[in-house]
Amino acid sequence: MPIFARQGFAALLVVAVLAAFPLVGGKYEIDLIAKILVLAIFALSLELLVGQTGLVSFGHAAFFGLGAYTTALLLQDPDPRSFWLVLITAMLVAGLYALPVAALSLRTRGVYFIMVTLAFAQLVYYVFHDTKIAKGSDGIYLTGVPELSFAGWIPFDVTKSLPFYYVVLGLLCLVYAFLTTLGQSRFGRALAGIRLNEQRMRAAGFATYPYKIAAFVIAAMLAGLAGFLKATKDGYVNPEMLAWHESGAVLLMIILGGLGKLRGAVIGAFAFVLLQELFKSDAVFGEFAKRWQLLLGFTIIACVLLLPHGLVGLPARLRRRERENG
Amino acid sequence: MADALLVARGITRRFGGLVAVNAVSLELEQGNVHAVIGTNGAGKSTLVGLLSGEYWPSEGRVELDGHDVTDWRQPRRARAGVGRSYQRSNVFAQLTALENCWLCAQAQGRGLRGWLGPAAQRDASWDAAHGALERTGLTDIGSCVAATLSHGTRRQLEIAMCLACRPRILLLDEPLAGMGPDETERMLMLLSSLRADHAILLVEHDMDAVFRIADRITVMIDGRVLAGGAPAQIRADARVRSAYLGEASEA
Repeated sequence: MPIFARQGFAALLVVAVLAAFPLVGGKYEIDLIAKILVLAIFALSLELLVGQTGLVSFGHAAFFGLGAYTTALLLQDPDPRSFWLVLITAMLVAGLYALPVAALSLRTRGVYFIMVTLAFAQLVYYVFHDTKIAKGSDGIYLTGVPELSFAGWIPFDVTKSLPFYYVVLGLLCLVYAFLTTLGQSRFGRALAGIRLNEQRMRAAGFATYPYKIAAFVIAAMLAGLAGFLKATKDGYVNPEMLAWHESGAVLLMIILGGLGKLRGAVIGAFAFVLLQELFKSDAVFGEFAKRWQLLLGFTIIACVLLLPHGLVGLPARLRRRERENG
Repeated sequence: MADALLVARGITRRFGGLVAVNAVSLELEQGNVHAVIGTNGAGKSTLVGLLSGEYWPSEGRVELDGHDVTDWRQPRRARAGVGRSYQRSNVFAQLTALENCWLCAQAQGRGLRGWLGPAAQRDASWDAAHGALERTGLTDIGSCVAATLSHGTRRQLEIAMCLACRPRILLLDEPLAGMGPDETERMLMLLSSLRADHAILLVEHDMDAVFRIADRITVMIDGRVLAGGAPAQIRADARVRSAYLGEASEA
């Protein structure tokens, strides 16, 4: 089988398994996987920047949080609002903020770029933390709900576990398909070229700055989409969603999964959250579960040291070891 | 004599207190190889950077086809036909030779449809990439990953990458550096074959090669032009002999 068909087959299989999961999983497990799927969209959005374009942003939570806060602020009336309207507004707000951030931060490179993106994210964090726009550090509850209707017909309540699960799964598939198409387009190839050798791209005639701005804004809008989903699921938003450790967590997800591959972002989101759940569980670790962050930290360090290409690089590594031994 | 394609008029570039390029003027004409020689630190690479648009001149102007392009940045100049190679091999190491050329050729495709369409379509950029490999004699290694190529082949690939963008002007920064005699010979053949339909600026340390291939030579020292003219004139120039050629032959 050609590699392309094989990967397509594997992707279909994963989607089928995820779609069938609610048949066996309880409410807790369904909510957990839904949470992971939302984070997978968030991780995919950052993968476009870090893995595909080579821009390491350390402030990506700002756009996730802006999407979430936009959702919360739009749903302060008990009346429901259109799901699509809220979704699109959340994405647009994240994208609008990304435009000046990109224009300014992309004038810098490397560690300076990391610091400038972090600074712009902390700016948003403190605006929501220290002002009364959205009840400050206490966070804010969603009073209304987004309503998904087709020409007046409302098939289900999106905020309920099961419908939400399938909506998120559907959106994740859309985002994945979109990023795959983008990666194979001329635009996507140009981003890859910028990652590999920006000087050469400029010498060939690519004005790289607008390309990087476009990638940054698209990534921010997809993060806004993830933020919208997170707020819809939790019914509550607080400034911690915008904080730097959230930016760090999503960066860890894509590193854990493996940079440069879209599926790495999804695998990384699963690995990160499931490891977190494992180390937090009293049943497995007893008293020590309180110190789950320590175990998670060590595990991530071990993964990065032992698997430089992340979890997606694991099969190739095992195959090579087998060949060497055999 | 043909009209000059790319012209520098009194360009100067200062980096802080250092004057890297000082009031240099030169003209590049189609069908000519214009060599720039000079000691290390004479400002040759900075001059290439000024002509390609990577640096802005502190003074003076750059003209392309008679238009002032001093304010154009490198990508715009590149699309208008100014291609360059780098002193240290500058290719996409992880991509194959063909992909290297093809990625460069895509800079020419414009418009939103071309932008979002699938990159792998066999289109004009595909033809340009194949054409560039053929012209540089690299067709056989099209599917080799650039990082695995020998130094000399990589230098040739870099020129193929320039050609994939269909330039009219080639700015080549030491294309012969670090090459063996056979590789040098092959590169000189290639440059001779490109002469007819390109204006070539050649920055080079290999004096034998320069005097064999150049139609005009500009000698730079400390950022200034010391002398300029036909190879025979330069060879005979007393100032050049004492400042540069003499040292080189003793070394």
